[in-house]
Amino acid sequence: MSAAPQNAPATPEAKQADFAGVGPHARGAHVERPVVAPEHIDAPPAGPTTFAAALNTAMADAMAEDPSVVVFGEDVGKLGGVFRITDGLQARFGKDRCFDTPLAESGIAGMAVGMAMNGLRPVIEMQFDAFAYPSLEQVFSHIAKMHNRTKGRVRLPITIRIPYAGGVGGVEHHCDSSEAYYAHTPGLKVFTPSGVEDAYRLLREAIDSDDPVVIFEPKKLYWSKEQADIAALRAAHGRGGDDRLEGNARILREGSDATLISYGPSVPTALKAAEAAAAEGTDVEVLDLRTIVPLDDAAIDASVRKTGRAVVIAEASGFASVASELVARIQERNFHSLASPVLRVTGFDIPFPAPKLEQYQIPSVDRILDALDRLTWED
Amino acid sequence: MTENVSHTTGTERTAPGIAEASHRFGISLEDYLLPTHGRVAMMSPDGTLLGPGEQGAAPGHSYPRPSDERLLDAYERLVIGRRINDQNAALVRQGRMAVYPSSHGQEACQVSVAMALEERDWLFPTYRDTVAVISRGVDPNEVMTSFRGEWHQGYDPHEHNTAVQSTPLTTQLLHAVGVAHAARLRGEDTVVIALCGDGATSEGDFHEALNFAAVFHLPVIFFVQNNGYAISVPLSAQTVAPSLAHKAVGYGMAGERVDGNDMMALLSVLDRAVSLARSGSGPLLIEAETYRMQAHTNADDDTRYRESEEVAAWRAKDPVLRLRAYLHDAGLLGEEAESRIAGHAEEVAAALRDAMNADVNPDPLELFEHVFVEPTPQLLEQRAVLADELARETEEKEEAR
Repeated sequence: MSAAPQNAPATPEAKQADFAGVGPHARGAHVERPVVAPEHIDAPPAGPTTFAAALNTAMADAMAEDPSVVVFGEDVGKLGGVFRITDGLQARFGKDRCFDTPLAESGIAGMAVGMAMNGLRPVIEMQFDAFAYPSLEQVFSHIAKMHNRTKGRVRLPITIRIPYAGGVGGVEHHCDSSEAYYAHTPGLKVFTPSGVEDAYRLLREAIDSDDPVVIFEPKKLYWSKEQADIAALRAAHGRGGDDRLEGNARILREGSDATLISYGPSVPTALKAAEAAAAEGTDVEVLDLRTIVPLDDAAIDASVRKTGRAVVIAEASGFASVASELVARIQERNFHSLASPVLRVTGFDIPFPAPKLEQYQIPSVDRILDALDRLTWED
Repeated sequence: MTENVSHTTGTERTAPGIAEASHRFGISLEDYLLPTHGRVAMMSPDGTLLGPGEQGAAPGHSYPRPSDERLLDAYERLVIGRRINDQNAALVRQGRMAVYPSSHGQEACQVSVAMALEERDWLFPTYRDTVAVISRGVDPNEVMTSFRGEWHQGYDPHEHNTAVQSTPLTTQLLHAVGVAHAARLRGEDTVVIALCGDGATSEGDFHEALNFAAVFHLPVIFFVQNNGYAISVPLSAQTVAPSLAHKAVGYGMAGERVDGNDMMALLSVLDRAVSLARSGSGPLLIEAETYRMQAHTNADDDTRYRESEEVAAWRAKDPVLRLRAYLHDAGLLGEEAESRIAGHAEEVAAALRDAMNADVNPDPLELFEHVFVEPTPQLLEQRAVLADELARETEEKEEAR
């Protein structure tokens, strides 16, 4: 008898214990189960916490609470992912619940479709933004459309995690801001957290969602720290409630002269620009969208109608982008409240540059301040 | 330290189920994995039984002949399948159906995959596999929803464990792998048959699905209907592999070839494959050699790329007539049974005609209902725009009266 293959599951007894109560009867919808409090999972202590730890704890908590949650992708097992976001999940939950796949992104996404059809709740990792492109046929033609195609008879509760955007000195295919491709495709929800507590909550919401969710994780924020109390968020999540982040933008800074609208990796830059503008006497509001699909039009409209001026900031190339969509919507919906054209600060329409040149592509505080200056025209 | 390393199948990397299967047949791993140069067949085109030496089975492989009852059931399904193909082609010509990719000539493949599976198993069909889906028990009227142009898909995949008919090539093979993987993680013995055509084996997802199934050692049977053409392009322009079944070896799975117009051989090969997969031997690849007797769809003109002599040669190998001849000669199929089966097929065809001739008025506002589980605020706004447009249209029509 030869050795068992690397991915052979554990004993049948262990399998059934692990997946107790999980089955195709779920049809992708949440099944009411007694909630298992994930107290045995270490949460980072309240205090300065990294974005990476928040994401890691979110997955661990989801796996502890719901036996149908499985995590897979490239190098997510023993290694814990190239960014260590799945660190320790295989050790805690076993090789059946967190495992490495062959190197094939379409395979990862396509297998997730079948698993979701058959009662599981897959969380898949695309190693890098541009490495996700081989999966796009599965994402666009099936993950996005299966629910509509079957009139809701088949739900695909799949979470696709994508580390994205630049600012980390990465090589050409590790720095794309690819959110527009997904946001343009009906049937996909698109989340992108910009803060540590939001990272935990948005990933939990993505995994809970019965719709497929693509969650874009800004790579340059992975190791940033913020004050956070993940254990408190976990407890709040366990209690349920309606205060979801999905479709609810947050006002990070209130202001009256202009609104900076942003998401993901550009939010910290927008905040810095607002502080610099304040020092120069301009009172700027900063809005973090949190989720691109669904979009919080109401929050955008309210802020723009209050300030009368807006700048949209996003790292992706500007042509035919999420930023373009935001500008179009803002002027369509709020034309009579606007005191000046809505401007954009985005990446240029060039392939993402090599590390020594990336600073010229990523929206900077100065470019945002320049845009704010151009809003105050009078004629 | 290289003298012990096998350069062929590498037992160190071979999944235990495959080693057990080769042991079970008393043959080497190489003989288990490598397909024969011939193909498994049991009946000659005129329905006479082939002798053991003529059946194309590799040494050590054995294929039990299906029971008479099973063959009679298969024949009834074949007749109904043929009737469905011809009725739908007629409905397309009459403009009652938008499109129908016919499996005329491939009915034995269609029926055998449905018969080989248990209810708890899963089938992953393509757009050409309508007869397989109906043979699996799905309501024909629901299957036709998509071809009628009413909605993209009409039946509930969970009701008969039969996935939607996939239009993008081989993408569904990976879904099949996922369904099998989820079942296996839960310790269930579900077997999955995933269908694709010869041209589709050139797609990247074909490779990824076979490799995933082999690496995770899943009970998926990849069933390729080699009907000779991918629309207009012959198989010789898709691959120079000795056979499509040979592609299995590179993944460490067994590959088999079978006469795709021989119902008896198909059932034997598939019954054995399902039993192997269910007992833990991992995935298998089966290539069924058949022929697409009609054009790709009604929009295609097959006289531009193939000779009528070629089509005529395949007509002589017809799967329905072949099984009929066998059953008739064996005294298993009398006039009474024939007329009962023909009557049943007519009932199915009449129901199809009625369903297709009924006017359907799909609700345009439903377009927004299923994009997500709950419509987003943006979709609700757009729904209101269309609702307003429809209301004005109705108003204008009433005014015009």
